[in-house]
Amino acid sequence: MLKDQDRIFQNLYNDLGPDIKSAQKRGDWDNTKKIIDKGRDWIIKEIKESQLRGRGGAGFPTGLKWSFAPKEIGSRPHYLVINGDESEPGTCKDRDILRFEPHKLIEGCLIASYAVQAHVCYIYIRGEYYIDGQKLQNAIDEAYQQKLIGKNAAGTGWDLDIYIHYGAGAYICGEETALLESLEGKKGQPRLKPPFPALIGLYGCPTIINNVETIAVVPTILRRGGKWFASLGREKNTGTKIFCISGNVNNPCNVEEEMNIPLKELIEVHAGGVIGGWENLQAVIPGGSSMPLIPKEKCETLTMDFDSLMAEKSGLGTAGVVVINKDQDIIKCMARIARFYKHESCGQCTPCREGSGWMWRMLERMARGEASKDEVDMLSDVTKQIEGHTICAFGEGSSWPVQGLLRHFKDEIKKRNKFDPIVKENKNIPYLIDQHLLDKNA
Amino acid sequence: MSLRRPAKDQPENFKFSSTSLEAVKAVIAKYPKSKQQSAVMSLLYIAQKQNDNWIPLAAMKCIAKLLNMPYIKVYEVATFYSMYNLSPVGKFFVQVCTTTPCMIRGANKLVEACKEKISKNESDLSSDKSCSWIEVECLGACVNAPMMQINDEYYEDLDKDKTLKIFDKILKGEKPQPGSYRGRINNEPENNRKTLMDLKNA
Repeated sequence: MLKDQDRIFQNLYNDLGPDIKSAQKRGDWDNTKKIIDKGRDWIIKEIKESQLRGRGGAGFPTGLKWSFAPKEIGSRPHYLVINGDESEPGTCKDRDILRFEPHKLIEGCLIASYAVQAHVCYIYIRGEYYIDGQKLQNAIDEAYQQKLIGKNAAGTGWDLDIYIHYGAGAYICGEETALLESLEGKKGQPRLKPPFPALIGLYGCPTIINNVETIAVVPTILRRGGKWFASLGREKNTGTKIFCISGNVNNPCNVEEEMNIPLKELIEVHAGGVIGGWENLQAVIPGGSSMPLIPKEKCETLTMDFDSLMAEKSGLGTAGVVVINKDQDIIKCMARIARFYKHESCGQCTPCREGSGWMWRMLERMARGEASKDEVDMLSDVTKQIEGHTICAFGEGSSWPVQGLLRHFKDEIKKRNKFDPIVKENKNIPYLIDQHLLDKNA
Repeated sequence: MSLRRPAKDQPENFKFSSTSLEAVKAVIAKYPKSKQQSAVMSLLYIAQKQNDNWIPLAAMKCIAKLLNMPYIKVYEVATFYSMYNLSPVGKFFVQVCTTTPCMIRGANKLVEACKEKISKNESDLSSDKSCSWIEVECLGACVNAPMMQINDEYYEDLDKDKTLKIFDKILKGEKPQPGSYRGRINNEPENNRKTLMDLKNA
């Protein structure tokens, strides 16, 4: 288990209070000027050395992303945008950072803004987190009062303004280009990439977009050194991560742990075990609803990091672990996730808009045992036709969980849905004009 | 995608109150000059708050004029995002999360409670017209499942009895205490904490 002094979020459970005085006691805002005086190149080099990967789901190396920002400010200003539109089912880590560790985030904003040369930073928070957003706003006001941000922020000579922008209940706005559209006051429909936001982003200006957790760990990494962060976890999957363990466990919780921690340890030690014992485990969704589920057999030895989950054809995503035990109907659980994606599709690309509803309706029928044999293969075909044929990664996000179900629980579906396709039954189908096609002797 | 339609009965006029106008000015100041369109989402919120938790078409027209943008663009935004109510809702607006992590911990019991106490169908007002409820997608408090949101506040770690008691309160017009209903502190593992123990005992 990770040692307590190596945990970055000391106030994850709000034992110490989120206000600026308590935060400073924990080491936040401790000589931020010294870090910034070491210069842009040093900051980016140190982040690269720490091998920090984005905590929002895709796991893109943060140092590399920052280095994409133009080296000099041209005719257009640079922007830093923080993605706090946390809506992935199973994930609730950013909320705790917003309400209990806001100063880590704000200090991270200052350092990141300096590194990518942005004078304005927008924090996009999902509309439902209004109360938590207010707590962050209080922290921002505190920081302005102490002159830690604003003109000549923290005595560094860098000017920075931070504003909160509330979303309004659209999951798709967690996608970075949809988030930019939403920030510009439009419908949250993703843009084509390229051009990438690092060159043409918010208002057509260079924009760097990072997840809340990614930015909040930056000050600690720079204080303790990239090497320290890289020493945790394993090669290319370094550092600590907040895991959210929900579903059928005795003590659902958020906990910060080292990357590459065994899934079994996470569930048995921190979450108090599966309801009904480990034997009662059916499957685990390892990284928020859009990652394919993993059946019990593999959960025994699985370790939680980007690459080892990728090897299992799943992914770490946002590290929202949803535990499903044998008391649940797995097909119904997945049908509900499919309904989520049907509801949240932005409607821009046809395969996703139509396909997500199609998958949901088929899965609902399969859960009731009303689907025919051949529909199992048809469902797999539909997921393949959505995946890779959409502007953003929502297509993958909606089809992967269904593919995961088909990969591991196909027998369960086939057991429940046995009957022949309607055409083979030779029924009199009133809406079929070409009745002769049903003629068995033809 | 979900289909969202404006209410049939629409008020003729809408005007921002003076307190709302101050909030509007503060919001527009957040964005660069000539990019005031960015403020449309916040302005819709302000309008919704002023107008008993729903947005009439007249308010959208008013916002379009204020931000100097086409009315259709405002309408697009208002119909795209699910948190803008396009028809009247109760003074206490209950949103029950029923996505998988909540579902497997018994969110359907919460829906039953809504049906018993508030109204039989989603979005219908209760008999005294003070409350209404809907099922929503993930609200981002999965560790505290099952949960629901009433207006801005989260109510977590619920079961059917606790939900019924909360509804008794709101039907009397009182605001119940938000947060966890099992007495747990935030997102820590209940009675099973293994981390940051020095801080807990300090």
